[in-house]
Amino acid sequence: MIKNISNLGDSAIYCDFGKEVDEKINLKVISYFNYLKKLVRENKIEGITNLTPSYNKLIISFDLSITNFKKITKILETLKVINNNQQDSKKIKIPMCCDEGFALDLISLSKKLKIPPNDIIDLYLNKEYFCYMTGFIAGMPFLGDIHEKIRFDRLQTPRIKVPKGSIGITEQFCNIYTFESPGGWNIIGNTPLKVFNKLNLNDPSLIKPGDKVSFYKISKQEYLNFNE
Amino acid sequence: MSDTYFEILRSGINSSIQDKGRNHLYHIGITISGAMDQRIFTLSNALVNNNLNEGVIEFAHQGPLLKLKNGSVNFSITGNVSFNILRKNSKIEEGKCFQSYFLENEDQIDIIHTKNSVFGYLAVEGGFQIEKIWDSYSVNIKAKVGPNNGEKFSVNEKIYIKKSKVENFLEKKLDYSALLEKTIRIIKGTNFDYFSEDAKNKFFNEKYLVTNQSDRMGMRLEGPKLDNIVNTNIKSEGLVKGVVQVPADGNPIILFSDHGSIGGYPKIAVVITAAHDMTAQLIPGSKIKFKEVNLDEAEELFKSYFNKTKNYIEQIK
Repeated sequence: MIKNISNLGDSAIYCDFGKEVDEKINLKVISYFNYLKKLVRENKIEGITNLTPSYNKLIISFDLSITNFKKITKILETLKVINNNQQDSKKIKIPMCCDEGFALDLISLSKKLKIPPNDIIDLYLNKEYFCYMTGFIAGMPFLGDIHEKIRFDRLQTPRIKVPKGSIGITEQFCNIYTFESPGGWNIIGNTPLKVFNKLNLNDPSLIKPGDKVSFYKISKQEYLNFNE
Repeated sequence: MSDTYFEILRSGINSSIQDKGRNHLYHIGITISGAMDQRIFTLSNALVNNNLNEGVIEFAHQGPLLKLKNGSVNFSITGNVSFNILRKNSKIEEGKCFQSYFLENEDQIDIIHTKNSVFGYLAVEGGFQIEKIWDSYSVNIKAKVGPNNGEKFSVNEKIYIKKSKVENFLEKKLDYSALLEKTIRIIKGTNFDYFSEDAKNKFFNEKYLVTNQSDRMGMRLEGPKLDNIVNTNIKSEGLVKGVVQVPADGNPIILFSDHGSIGGYPKIAVVITAAHDMTAQLIPGSKIKFKEVNLDEAEELFKSYFNKTKNYIEQIK
């Protein structure tokens, strides 16, 4: 499953699942991540402090005063992880308002792509997306793949502040800004839904790697009246 | 619930509560945080008989001015720190680091500045009465994660202390002197070969300047530009403390405790764990060099560093 294992410094292991970014490879990463997470939770592997899945890599961080690279890689060699993500995967529907005040880059994107704004939104709403990973800022989901016709580069100059709830697209990916943060993605809408809830300490992140996410359009009035 | 607290008369530049850090949340985008200098953080707790992972106040450059209200405390300050104890009878005592002190009601601690270092720690016996978030006291100011709404301490705030009174104060001391090292040991990073031969040579043979654009997230360095011959971006992937990443401008950045959980810049190197504390203490303007070690050497260096910390704890009298 893992193509190559190497050390990232002296306190982490770099598991490489391949170069490409696609759902198939990412599902392997997620399966491996979920499997290891369970072992760590059940105290079956000592010293692991963090597991970080991404598109095609998994980083295992550990406490060097408890374990080391050799000990953990030895355990990894004995594991038989089955590529199976189906049982944990959820379907999540996200409300999205594409009003002018929220869709900050829709008009300029429409000009760059030469596609009417409404068509961009329709193409966007018409697909179900796969969550590759979460991170960068707390709970931010990296979703994909968006329709080929609406793919575009990042903004030339990133925004210093992207409003909380913003829904952005770049290349084959889309995401949701769970907090106000700097960022360079093309913003095409905003959700009133709390995608990351700090107060829910046990399960703060609504969207997890492997989940399927789709969006539905709401009006500004519905946005303002939105109540979870 | 105790009613004993420090009133913050001056907050200092960057004072926050920290412990060892927060684990098992990288995968949702929450980083480790925790004390930048783990060794002297641990020693600050050991000096006041605490659990070694108790939350303490970390300060950077200029520290806070604190007035004790409604009780007495046993405290210690660790680091290379200039501070005074202002007794309520107006007597001023010059404080010594790595020593415990008895502070009476209405006395003040004036943490003036750190000397030739960045971070210092203030621990009180029994710890602070602060709520843990995700099993840790550590605050990440940029991400607004942790107790105190993820904020650093500000003037006029009150920091409550769990124990309201010190019974049987016993002074404890430790002979400690920090190692001043300007050579940072690293292990080659996963993207080492993205860089030209010339860049690799420069990285190991020339000096890099610690800029003042350095904080708990990372340390930006300036020096010979490191020429990337493959790709200045990689597909975003997980990061760890100590990673030396190089964005397109060619200047390396060393990642620290509050770094983002994932990122897309090539990793030229990773600072070995034994060198994290000393690296974090380098003041802006320092000139540093990188030296390569292999994994076995790094593990040996960590073992001796870890044992030395344990020895220090045993030496506290």
